[in-house]
Formats: sequence, structure tokens, C-alpha cells
Amino acid sequence: MTGADRPPAAEGREHGDVVDARGLRCPLPVIRLAAAARDRAAGTRLTVWSTDPAARLDVPAWARMRGHAVVAEEPLPRSGDADAWAITVELGG
Amino acid sequence: MTHTTPDRRVRLDNGGRAPWHPLAREAFDRALDDGWADPRRLHAEGRRAAALLDGAREAVAGALGARTEEVVFTANHTTSLHTGVAALAAGRSRVGSTVVVSAVERAALLHAAHHGGLERDVVGVDRAGRVDPARMADAVARPGVALAALQHANGEVGTRQPVEAVHEAARAAGVPLLVDAGASVGHDALPTAWDALAADPADWGGGPGVGVLAIRSRVRRRSPFPEDPDPLAPGGVSVPAAFAAAVALQAVLADREAEDARRRALVDRVRARVAAIPDVEVVGDPVDRLPHVVTFSFLYVDGEALLTDLDREGVAVGSGSACTSSSLEPSHVLAAMGVLTHGNVRVALDRSTSEADVDRLLAVLPGAVERVRATLGVQGL
Repeated sequence: MTGADRPPAAEGREHGDVVDARGLRCPLPVIRLAAAARDRAAGTRLTVWSTDPAARLDVPAWARMRGHAVVAEEPLPRSGDADAWAITVELGG
Repeated sequence: MTHTTPDRRVRLDNGGRAPWHPLAREAFDRALDDGWADPRRLHAEGRRAAALLDGAREAVAGALGARTEEVVFTANHTTSLHTGVAALAAGRSRVGSTVVVSAVERAALLHAAHHGGLERDVVGVDRAGRVDPARMADAVARPGVALAALQHANGEVGTRQPVEAVHEAARAAGVPLLVDAGASVGHDALPTAWDALAADPADWGGGPGVGVLAIRSRVRRRSPFPEDPDPLAPGGVSVPAAFAAAVALQAVLADREAEDARRRALVDRVRARVAAIPDVEVVGDPVDRLPHVVTFSFLYVDGEALLTDLDREGVAVGSGSACTSSSLEPSHVLAAMGVLTHGNVRVALDRSTSEADVDRLLAVLPGAVERVRATLGVQGL
């Protein structure tokens, strides 16, 4: 586990409505996504890119706990040795 | 940040490896005198060991509601599951090679179900971790099913499974059901609906080094191993370990109901108090569950950091988070349930766990969660 060693915001750059959390370990992808969602209006769609297998499970769980909805999940080109996914959520009220 | 050194360790990670029951320890010690010899030998020492082993088998069979000849001691719980799946499947190889399982079975069983030419058919679970008996029934009724396997209750989240309904459906389809009762025997009411049953002495305080596998006499089986006088446990088992397991089982069943009520009340308290910590998901069925297991996940918390913090406070807990496993994968049980996998804490209360132990956990947990969250800078998310 390397996630906790990393200072917040050192990685997981945000481009528009995409949060690139590739290479980050749980729970950092969800934290990056939540940070990006904080000041966005309801109805906004945000996409997180991740290579962490736990993020595939935890992004939908986070969305459920926060009243958001997962609207899409698709594979991305492999990132180095790791599988990568793009998960898009629509923010709730 | 200061951490005080507690007087004693609070051990709340007792699932699958509970402290030895005092009577098991005593029985083991006694069996070292009378049961050290190879029970297969014909001299007086060998016969004495064989008599101890026979007595242990009879006692375990009696406790489980089985006939003595239906019970086999194995090396450990994993071996029981591997052998149970392979032997039942081999007994029905002419019918098919499919093994129907729930998604939340133990990893050892899931692996056994697609080993050696077997094909695994996995039936999913709901958010509480419970399999739908109708979907299990559909799966076992399909052609080519060698056996089905379902746990009595899940050892990670505590949820009980609909074993009776699934057993009825399996029986109607002529398919044998292997029940993994490794997390429940000694804690919860014993399962009665099974064709084969695996139980785990290490989980009920009987000590490690032996497992229990029972197969009803009417059920076809074939040993997957080379020829041996003990076809389902080649080489035999440790007589002292088997004797200690049997003595412990009788002891824990004698006051099981009182221990059930006591620990259920403690778990209820944990569930209520933990639910008051912000952004937590207490998982598993709140009522229809094992008496001594409770699991919860904290949003925005690194499971490894949380376990380390609690350990420094003198409290040992388990976790199903990916960050705490050697692989990158989180617990397949939490994954199948669709609940949060990070920041996971798993608690299994032993019969030696006191109210003060539980209070210690509840006293240190909110601060530990807050510290880990502060490190990750998640305030206001």
C-alpha cells in the first residue's frame, strides 16, 4: 500500500470533468472524485479514470451513499501493466 | 498525536482462529500422554491412540447430528472444503462437472469449485450478502450439476444463508449440497439441512491442526486421493488435535445459547455505536446473522492505516480492504455485496471477549477514524 504516503493532490490531476486517478490506490480514487464533486451542481457528470480494482467497487458504493448515480463504466487502454476503467457518475441533489 | 500504551491487548479478530478453549487445552495436554502413538499400529499404545480418536469422532458426530461413520477428521478447514468438493464431484462425474456456489463462499471453496476439470457456476448475493434461494434452485436444476455448496453463514459479514430452502431445492434436483459451517458451528444453532458438512475446530476454540468433514452415508463420494486407509484424509490426523477439538465442541455447545445472547447484545451495541460515526456503512444482515460477527466500512479511510492505528491502541481487528491484503483485490465478499470495500473493519467476538474489550474498541475507534481521515485531507467531502 502506497496510497497513504502520498500527499493529497500530488496525483489524481483533474481535467475538466475527468478525474485522472490512475496509479492511485484505495481510497484515493474515491477521495479525488469526491473532491471534484464538492462544488459541482446537481446533474453534473464526472468521470474518474482508475487502475485500482477496489475503485470499481467503491465508486458505485460512494455514489449510493451520497445520492449520486453511476451512469457508465467502460474499459480504458491499459495503463502500464494495469487494467484501467472510466466510471461516470451523475451528481445528485 | 499521542498514543497511550494499554494494559492489555484487546483481540477482536477471532474468526477462523479463536483462542483455545481452556478445556481444549487441557484435553490436548492429556492426549499427548495417551494419544501420541500412531493409531494405525496394533500395539497397546497405538490402540490407546485409536480409542481416543474413535471417541473424538463419536463425540463430534453426536454433536453434529451425524452417525459416527459419517464423520472424517481432516488436516484443517481448507482441506475439508477441498476434499468435500472433489469427493462429491467425483461421485457424480457421470452426471456432470458443474459446481453451483454462492459468490460469498470461502476462497478455498471457490477455488476448489473450478479445479481439476470442474466448472463453477456462481450465484450472486444481495446487498446483505444473502443468496436468493430461487436463483440457487434454478442453478441446481440445470443439467450437468455435480454438487452445490452454500455456507451456513458468512464469516466475514455474519449474514445467515437460506440453507434449508436451498437444500430442499437441491434434493428435488437430486444434487448433493455441501454446507460450509466453518463460521457458525460452536456459535450459532447447528445446521441440519446438509448432505455434506464442513466445520472448523480452530473457529470454535478447539485449536488448529484438524478439520471436520461429515458426509451422509447415502451420498455418493469417491476419494480424489491415492489409496490410503483413510481415503478422505490420507495419512490420518493428529490424535491430540482431534481429541481437543471434540472436547471443545462439547464445551461450547453446552453454553452456546447463553454465549449467543451475550455476544449478540455486544454486537448490537457495536452496530449502534459505530453507525453514529460519520460516513460509515455497517454491512451484513442486522438481525438474521451470526451472534458474534460485525463488519463495517468507513468512507474515505485507508483500511491499512486504520488497522495500524487501532493496533497501536492495543486493539486487534480484521479487515477485508484491498489495502490490507497481499493482493490488490478487496474481499470478494464485500465486492459481491456491492458495499464499500475500503476502510473496512471486521470484528469477531470470542467467548473470552468481555464487555470491557468491546468498550475499549468503541472508545478508540472514532479517534482512529478521525486521525486517518485527517491524514488524507478529506474534511468536508
